[in-house]
Amino acid sequence: MSTSEIPIVPSEIDKLQRFQEHAGMLKWLASVDHKQIAVMYMLTSLFFFLVGGIEALLMRWQLARPENRFMGPETYNQLFTLHGTTMIFLVAVPALLAFGNYFIPLQIGARDIAFPRLNAMSYWLFVFGGVLLYGSILAGNAPDMGWFSYAPLSEKPYSSLGGVDYWALGLLVIGIGTVATAINFLVTIATLRAPGMSFKRLPLFTWMSAVNSFLIIIAFPALNSALFMLLIDRNLHGRFFTPDGGGSPILWQHIFWNFGHPEVYIMILPAFGIISEVIPVFSRQPIFGYEFVAGSTVAIGLLSFAVWAHHMFATGMGHDVDVFFAAGSALIAVPTGIKIFNWIATMWGGKIRFTTAMQFASAFLIEFTIGGLSGVIFAVVPMDWQLTDTYVIVAHIHYVLFGGTLFGLFAGTYYWFPKITGRLLNERLGKWHFWLTVVGFNATFFVQHLLGFRGMTRRVWTYPDLPGWGLLNMISTVGAFILGGSMLILLWNIYRSRTHGERAGDNPWQAWTLEWATTSPPPPYNFAEVPPVHSRRPLWDLHHPDDADWMREDQP
Amino acid sequence: MHTITTALLAIGPPGIPVLHPQSHYAHSIFELSSWVLWVCLGIFLLVAGLVSYAGWKFRARPGDADPRQVFGSRKWEAAYVIGPTLLLAVIFGFTLHVMHTSDPPAQASGDDIVVVGHQWWWEVRYPKLGFVTANEIHIPAGKNVQFGFESMDVIHDFWVPELGRKIDMIPGRHAKIWLAADHPGTYLGACAEFCGKEHAWMRIRVIADTPATFAAWSSAESRAVTPPATTSEQRGLHYVTSMPCASCHTIVGTSARGIIGPNLTHLASRETLAAGRLQNTPQQLSAWLHNPDAFKPGSHMPNLHLTDDQRNDIVQYLETLK
Repeated sequence: MSTSEIPIVPSEIDKLQRFQEHAGMLKWLASVDHKQIAVMYMLTSLFFFLVGGIEALLMRWQLARPENRFMGPETYNQLFTLHGTTMIFLVAVPALLAFGNYFIPLQIGARDIAFPRLNAMSYWLFVFGGVLLYGSILAGNAPDMGWFSYAPLSEKPYSSLGGVDYWALGLLVIGIGTVATAINFLVTIATLRAPGMSFKRLPLFTWMSAVNSFLIIIAFPALNSALFMLLIDRNLHGRFFTPDGGGSPILWQHIFWNFGHPEVYIMILPAFGIISEVIPVFSRQPIFGYEFVAGSTVAIGLLSFAVWAHHMFATGMGHDVDVFFAAGSALIAVPTGIKIFNWIATMWGGKIRFTTAMQFASAFLIEFTIGGLSGVIFAVVPMDWQLTDTYVIVAHIHYVLFGGTLFGLFAGTYYWFPKITGRLLNERLGKWHFWLTVVGFNATFFVQHLLGFRGMTRRVWTYPDLPGWGLLNMISTVGAFILGGSMLILLWNIYRSRTHGERAGDNPWQAWTLEWATTSPPPPYNFAEVPPVHSRRPLWDLHHPDDADWMREDQP
Repeated sequence: MHTITTALLAIGPPGIPVLHPQSHYAHSIFELSSWVLWVCLGIFLLVAGLVSYAGWKFRARPGDADPRQVFGSRKWEAAYVIGPTLLLAVIFGFTLHVMHTSDPPAQASGDDIVVVGHQWWWEVRYPKLGFVTANEIHIPAGKNVQFGFESMDVIHDFWVPELGRKIDMIPGRHAKIWLAADHPGTYLGACAEFCGKEHAWMRIRVIADTPATFAAWSSAESRAVTPPATTSEQRGLHYVTSMPCASCHTIVGTSARGIIGPNLTHLASRETLAAGRLQNTPQQLSAWLHNPDAFKPGSHMPNLHLTDDQRNDIVQYLETLK
């Protein structure tokens, strides 16, 4: 092969430029190492988390008092659109992909991800998508139609400026990168497992990331199709979503939520995976009912494609359609409940060490249950007819995505930070972070249930001085600033502990999966030698040769 | 039990109470909601209790060795598959029943009231009575009223929680639901689907009247307006019909026939202005005309830069539109 051609499949002769072979910034920017790309994903999503958080605080400041004039509707509508889009597409999904990128290869004993260059492409598409989305501000108009961009509000006659186009193009670019990552994860898990690492022995984080990758591959093309149709409507005089000319605004909702509801599970399944790693390790017990936890993930994955229209009960689709999606939405609570009870059963009879990671994982169980129960409310169609598009929905999504996804990510951060950096995060700062987060989070969002039950609709830039509304909104705002403060503690902890934290060693938590079998941080090639895998807990087996899991008849 | 639900969710005076049903439609949703909320509370207490108990009871003490390794129990897992499934089946059955009682099928023709959503106000048509009004909806108390819903621009959503379910208003579609109010009174609501800049100030007032009051109100609405008497009022009418006002607003009996903005024929009989933004007093009306953006920034009502005299005359005239 001549050296001037870029080979499709890199041969050993055309060695890839890898870890630390460049100098300075280029060492990172040109990297195709899965761990470096993962760290860049983490830092980028952390950056966007701060941006989205500041947007949230500005909104809460505006809503602190009735008829507040801190900002007008133009600014407010742009802020909630950017906040939603940012937190979902630039924070939750990429942060979870970051952990997948770092730990899937390590957990299965691989040297890297299957397609390292494709992996780098995914990352840079994510960055450029974010730049496009925020580039709309430089172009003079941020999108202001809400993150689900309902037609015809998103169409040219009602959103004539370019914000919607930047939004659609940004998400398209991110979507392509996300699908590429999902393919990368699946191929990695399918082909690069260490000897002995059968599918039945996959660590649960990897298991759930695999199911998640299927969801991404099926769901994101629906979004990208919808975005293309919207761009055609807006720029080429299409009529997909406008009633004049035969289109239908409802069509947009069907296609968007056909992506949008699986997307909710895309944002939670990897967090379930993190929780399924953290709880056993700190309870000193194996996961209770591995098969049920893994199997219920598949059930959630399948059912997640039969629930989308529960976002549309208020559109008047007719009772028959409502009933089908109500049944699907109620049913999906069962596999989710299985997980919650299995996690509790894992703690039962254990010797629980309440590190910050375990605190966040335990709090996840409670907060996510609140979000799950308020989700059941929206499967009860007549309750949805009352409560959808009110602050109960705002509370619900934040209990699921903050109390669920973010608490999971925080647990993962405290759990895996020592592996990534070789140093422990400070536990004292961790406790402050945890308790302020719990207090701030519940103060912000619990009262929003009450606001919804008192008739406050979502996405309002201001509200009349109706009895009770001002006080509850003020509590929510105070809570949001406490929450903001707790994030500063996390940032300081990460910044400081990276260089000054206590040295971690290879396996500070006495964990059992393969990522803890190598050094912290791992070398560019990940493992000098992969330990033998004879069960789900290779490191348990290594340290307990007399009580190894593979000796048990009920363990694969 | 339902009383406790209401009390718990409405400690202190509520703004627009969702769980304060004032019609049999809303009441059946309320009963269902109350049961479901209690079940949810029970499950929450179970989970939170188990997590807290396990966290306390099984906490590690210094020097503890790893416990006996337990890998699962099919018996327990079967229990928490079957238990929640049965519970959800019961809730689902109740759901089906209440879907029907709270949202019975509407008649193909014969809407009593058709509400048309506009950015950011409500057009209210009474097809059987033959008049059109805006933003405030009068209904006879104690009667089931069939509502039809349309939209002139983007998707809006009509929601008055004390009277029944919410319903989207989708351009190109005509939706129908039943609503009612058991007792006379004013019931507040709002647009529940984000519809652009002034979604926040697209509020609803439904006024349920006694049969006699409703009859009086509807005959007043059907009557032609009395011509202006004073010269100031006459100048006001002249400004309204000759200035851009008339290209958006209708006042029946004059040359003002615009359909972009609210029908003003009986403006002075309404309680509020600009879809619930302001109280309908001469002072507030004047302030609104002076600078709409000060109250509802982004609304399609332009600032016509009226002189004080012009504004005064217009307010004088509009106040005659009882």
